[in-house]
Amino acid sequence: MISEGLHRFPGGLKLPTEKGLSNGHESLITPLPDEIILPLKQHVGHPAEPVISIGDNVYKGQVIARANGYVSLPVHASTSGKIRDIGLYAVPDALGLKAPCIKIEPDGLDSWCDIQGVGDFASMDPLTLQHVIRDAGISGMGGAAFPAHVKLKEGTQTEVNVLIINAVECEPFITCDDRLIREKPGYIVAGTRMIRHAVQARRCIIAIEEDMPEARDALLPLLDDDIELITVPTIYPQGGEKQLIRVLTGLDVPSNGLPIDIGIIMHNVATAAATYRAVHRGEPLISRYVTVTGHVPSPRNLQVLLGTPVRHCANQCGYQERSGDSIILGGAMMGTLVRNMHMPVIKSTHCILVKRVLNRAPEMPCIRCGRCSDVCPARLLPQQLYWYARSQDQDRLRKHHLFECIECGCCSYVCPSNIPLVHYYRVAKNKINQHEKSLFDAMQARQRYLTRKERLAREAELQSEKRPDTEATKTETQDKKAYIREAVKRGRTRRRKNHGHKGDVSDE
Amino acid sequence: MNSSSAFSSPHIHQAPSVQQVMCQVILALVPGILFSTWIYGWGVLIQCFLAVLFAQVLEAIMLRLRKQPLQLFLFDGSAVVTALLFALCITPYTPWWINLVGMAFAISIAKHCYGGLGQNIFNPAMAAYIFVLLCFPLELSLHPAAGHYPGLRDTLEIIAFGIQGYSDGVSGATVLATLKTGLDGMGMISEIRTSPVFGQLAGKGSEWIPVFWLAGGIWLAYQKIIKWQVPAAFLAVLFVISLIFYWYDDSHYISPLFTLLAGGSMLAAFFIITEPVSSSTTPAGRIIFASGVAIIAYVIRTWGNYPDGVAFAVLLMNFSAPIIDRLTRPKVVGET
Ligand code: SF4
Ligand code: SF4
Repeated sequence: MISEGLHRFPGGLKLPTEKGLSNGHESLITPLPDEIILPLKQHVGHPAEPVISIGDNVYKGQVIARANGYVSLPVHASTSGKIRDIGLYAVPDALGLKAPCIKIEPDGLDSWCDIQGVGDFASMDPLTLQHVIRDAGISGMGGAAFPAHVKLKEGTQTEVNVLIINAVECEPFITCDDRLIREKPGYIVAGTRMIRHAVQARRCIIAIEEDMPEARDALLPLLDDDIELITVPTIYPQGGEKQLIRVLTGLDVPSNGLPIDIGIIMHNVATAAATYRAVHRGEPLISRYVTVTGHVPSPRNLQVLLGTPVRHCANQCGYQERSGDSIILGGAMMGTLVRNMHMPVIKSTHCILVKRVLNRAPEMPCIRCGRCSDVCPARLLPQQLYWYARSQDQDRLRKHHLFECIECGCCSYVCPSNIPLVHYYRVAKNKINQHEKSLFDAMQARQRYLTRKERLAREAELQSEKRPDTEATKTETQDKKAYIREAVKRGRTRRRKNHGHKGDVSDE
Repeated sequence: MNSSSAFSSPHIHQAPSVQQVMCQVILALVPGILFSTWIYGWGVLIQCFLAVLFAQVLEAIMLRLRKQPLQLFLFDGSAVVTALLFALCITPYTPWWINLVGMAFAISIAKHCYGGLGQNIFNPAMAAYIFVLLCFPLELSLHPAAGHYPGLRDTLEIIAFGIQGYSDGVSGATVLATLKTGLDGMGMISEIRTSPVFGQLAGKGSEWIPVFWLAGGIWLAYQKIIKWQVPAAFLAVLFVISLIFYWYDDSHYISPLFTLLAGGSMLAAFFIITEPVSSSTTPAGRIIFASGVAIIAYVIRTWGNYPDGVAFAVLLMNFSAPIIDRLTRPKVVGET
């Protein structure tokens, strides 16, 4: 049953959902692995700083690395055991890169450190509640992994009209939110109320997809009229932030802007459940639901401790690595193809998808058939972007709003010429960002140079103690400095907008 | 495709290949080609056959020269489509060397000199047609009379050696050409229409050919191979302007129905202006492109030197397509 009064977003695709593979079985609590590897950076922003040393014993839930800056989160031990190493390990990454991680050898006891929930959240100051959420290490759990408190904070600075809890799992194969809702509906509803209190939202919606009737039935009895449950049709990429906002409210997030600019905040259901645990019980984010599906003997959902190697999860579903298989972290449309199964499950790992055959048809030239622009949810012209990306025309790319591309993959999916369009856009975005960074760096170098020059001038002046007529040069230097400060600030805002909550189709 | 792009998301794909798209276009042309053969004789089929043959051979040579993978591009079907469209524009009496010259122009210059599949600025079939029309105006002006054409042997002879010396009274001019000559001679349409080349609506017998293009085109639109807005805009604009002039003076301007059914209007609507590479690619741009072709074609037909202006109109609009695209970029979501 689809709710009435919904709007449509442009483009989009009806995809084979493949949900039935994995959503019929109850989730399994994954047994403790031999080692837990926790990356210091599992989210957008700065990596955390380790606060333990090799050889320390840690308890489950203990902070082992603290947040480093505002857009950063602490890392908690996901089980009790001994710190074995702090070093570089494989992390979920397309290029197989390694990153700083903390390795724990579990002691098998899984004993918690002292944790305590807050009593009555409703009487708490919203800001304190936000701190609880931040200290629990909660980041977006639908794929984008943006620290949750950053979005919550936006909510205290601006009035929030609508809080949307996103349970629209539009990517094929993934069912972890579906299972989570069916099994823990109480967590979600309670967590939703907590987030609502933290941002003081006027209206609150849980959005769910039409093909999740069981999840809907699980939620319905728990809801009061403070939360609306809205069912949306299954169209990819309906779960994308901007797309879902459009469908539910008919409003468009301004390009280059954030949902908060139109008074909306969106969080993923898993984030709501994690919030409940953090607030009610004091449990930090140390585990999550993961869908293991595709060509595995028994596809299903697992409750996995963060840091558990992907291989260990796949083994639970009866899968042993086979050469020639493709392992995708995330969904078939937006996931990352990885080279092996060494890397751990992190906060944003929602799916482990094994595919036997991938589309490997050769790339042909673009015939400008326009199928791609028909399905683009951002109403871009993928064929033109492709052209400009190939000719590296940064100016045109920007004019054609390359950065509005959410990398949903609809365009590549329907392209008769089999062009990996999203790949071209990613490369082009990186190039532009690098270019901007080099401009930024050049600006900083210039600033350093000017500061130094100024200092030398001052020293020279102090030494000679002669004519005090340097006033003019001084103001000029100050003008320049002010100008540079402005420019640097502009660069930062732009960067924030570019990186903002982009590319998060199945989350927030 | 390099190794890293092969691993990029999305990891699933569902679309007809370029080859399949081209095959559907070819299939949609077949009924019309067969019916034209029935009306105009073997010449139609022979021209199609020759053009496809020349096009494929030239395509292979050009791909070799440009060091492109043969197996990937030789059978993508694009050269066949170009060849068929060209063959349907020229007269069934066209001597083979003119056909060859046309295909050489289409494949080597209009297509491969610009970079091959997907890179051509001009519609190769139309560019080639104009080229041969300018080079061999006389040879291309003779048409068989509908339903009255030479046999297979004679047709082969004409195509092999040219029509000179073969004066059997089987050749005439197309309806549009007859009309043009008549009007230029200050005749009234009602008089000109008494000429035997005219049928109920447009050209005698030939007036039914467009119905086949229409059917094939509708099938293509239904299969989402072409966008229905393009032929719809083209035909609507053509209809409306001819209606206006017909109202104004029906003794010197032909009826809208005649405009739609005569000459290459239908073929152009569904098969020529829908060629995506050289036309506009934005939703609004496509409509502008189609309307532009319709207007220019009407102008050339009515006041220009050539009886059918579609080919010129297409080339002119091809030329403006990049500008149209730039001016009609749709607003992205959230853009103010
Ligand atoms: S779908 Fe592919 S071939 Fe068609 S216009 Fe888009 S990029 Fe070009
Ligand atoms: S990947 Fe980007 S360009 Fe392609 S359809 Fe999605 S938003 Fe549009």
